[in-house]
Amino acid sequence: MGMTMTQKILAKAAGLESVEAGQLIEARLDLVLGNDITTPVAITEFEKAGFTQVFDRDRIAIVLDHYTPCKDIKSAQLCKQAREFAQKHNITHFFDVGQMGVEHALLPEKGLCAPGEVIIGADSHTCTYGALGAFSTGVGSTDMAAGMATGLLWFKVPSAIKVTLKGKLQPYVSGKDVILHLIGQIGVDGALYQSLEFAGEGVASLSMDDRFTISNMAIEAGGKNGIFPVDEKTMEYINGRVSRPCEAFSADPDAVYTREAVIDLDTLEPTVALPHLPENTKTVREVAGLPINQVVIGSCTNGRISDLRAAAAILKGKKIAPGVRCVVIPATQEIVLQAMKEGLIETFIQAGAAVSTPTCGPCLGGHMGVMAEGERAVSTTNRNFVGRMGHVTSEIILASPAVAAASAVAGCVADPRNDC
Amino acid sequence: MKVYKYGANVDTDVIIPARHLNDPSPAALASHCMEDLDAAFASTVEAGDIIVAGPNFGCGSSREHAPLAIKSCGVKCVIAPSFARIFYRNAINIGFPIVECPQAAEEIQAGDQVDVDFATGTITDSTQGKTWQAAPFPAFIEGIIQSGGLLNSLKARGVAK
Repeated sequence: MGMTMTQKILAKAAGLESVEAGQLIEARLDLVLGNDITTPVAITEFEKAGFTQVFDRDRIAIVLDHYTPCKDIKSAQLCKQAREFAQKHNITHFFDVGQMGVEHALLPEKGLCAPGEVIIGADSHTCTYGALGAFSTGVGSTDMAAGMATGLLWFKVPSAIKVTLKGKLQPYVSGKDVILHLIGQIGVDGALYQSLEFAGEGVASLSMDDRFTISNMAIEAGGKNGIFPVDEKTMEYINGRVSRPCEAFSADPDAVYTREAVIDLDTLEPTVALPHLPENTKTVREVAGLPINQVVIGSCTNGRISDLRAAAAILKGKKIAPGVRCVVIPATQEIVLQAMKEGLIETFIQAGAAVSTPTCGPCLGGHMGVMAEGERAVSTTNRNFVGRMGHVTSEIILASPAVAAASAVAGCVADPRNDC
Repeated sequence: MKVYKYGANVDTDVIIPARHLNDPSPAALASHCMEDLDAAFASTVEAGDIIVAGPNFGCGSSREHAPLAIKSCGVKCVIAPSFARIFYRNAINIGFPIVECPQAAEEIQAGDQVDVDFATGTITDSTQGKTWQAAPFPAFIEGIIQSGGLLNSLKARGVAK
């Protein structure tokens, strides 16, 4: 029986000829990731278990990105714990304030993720690196501790949903619209315990940033991972970033899928997800005009340079609507510098937006844009759960950077294809 | 033991809101457990109580703080038709019992007196006079639970220093 792309990567990492869906395996890990919220819990468990050494100091990444630069004393204590552990074990890829970025934008940029690798992260959006043809998945802190100690982890081999992309994205439509549309189609548990494997002629036209955005939100459909085939764009992206050997896997022609979803990129509309689940999708034109208080442009989903370019193209020469706060958060230091060179930061500031140093911040209601009672945001982040960005009665509408920027100018949910 | 019943897609942000993740001590997590879904939960829950919910329990963030918060409240187990996969892993890895049983999850009502025998997988609702049988864990996962969690099982195997 043929294997999916994910199954082939897992089989190799488990030292097996083949695997099948449902099989429990133990796989070798290429990278173990944690952040300032999850790493301290992992460290406590690691030390409580009596472990004294990490399996490989070059294969662990610790990124202090969630509540940083530290928002309060308790957060500072957590960062201190992570920092001291990184120093004690001489962790190579430790990223503190000044070097850090939002982890899932940072790691690919630093060449720490490559095709065919097996990556776990104590952060649910670790599935982002599937964009590079890696198997990567979110886990918990105990898994992170186990990974740091042994370089191994148990997995249940997932079955897969094949997502066939046809056609080509139209102007003002992006990877965010693709993944929101898919989640709307299959539901927030539509891919539970499964892989999302992207395929079809439409893949070639998607930029790497679009693919990162799509893989990033596989978890919002319940998926274990969301993986793209490796093509010229992938190789172009890793060229100059990754120097170690890596292997491009592809699904067998007779791979078994539990179902197939088809998305026609030619006709895809800018799409948003209404509160309080990412599956509550509507086309932007169906909900245009809903008043808003805040716009957030950033995060591991949409804080990359092409996201900022899309937002700046709309904000150039315009003003943020009165009564709306717009917060722009480039995801990494490299992206900040690039945005400065291109004049994007100037565009944002002249439009009346606040521009922040990289942080996850408002996405999880941490800091840098927490909402009050009854407020509503259009956000390029990934979750619109109850209370996610602040008060339990506040609301989040998930959208692409283009929709978010158009909405910031209009003062309400707005279609970027219209003159706003 | 009494039952708290919730709907589908209970996410880890409502189980333990991110504003409380800056203090991962079990007591702090327990004091805010379910805060954005059921403000009365943390002050009324008693050791041995059970949470029954709809499908995809624990979706969203990978925060292990979520099962830790529930466990730290003294909750005996969560019964649901399905669990989000990271929550499922986290619960097993910390040795907190979760029970997949769609029929029990549907029929048990809030306030019912329910007990679960983990050895046999039998769920008994003495209020309704009904019993259900949950599917057993695979042997590998049962081994992790029996060891008291993932790290203990790894130590027992001697695969780390």
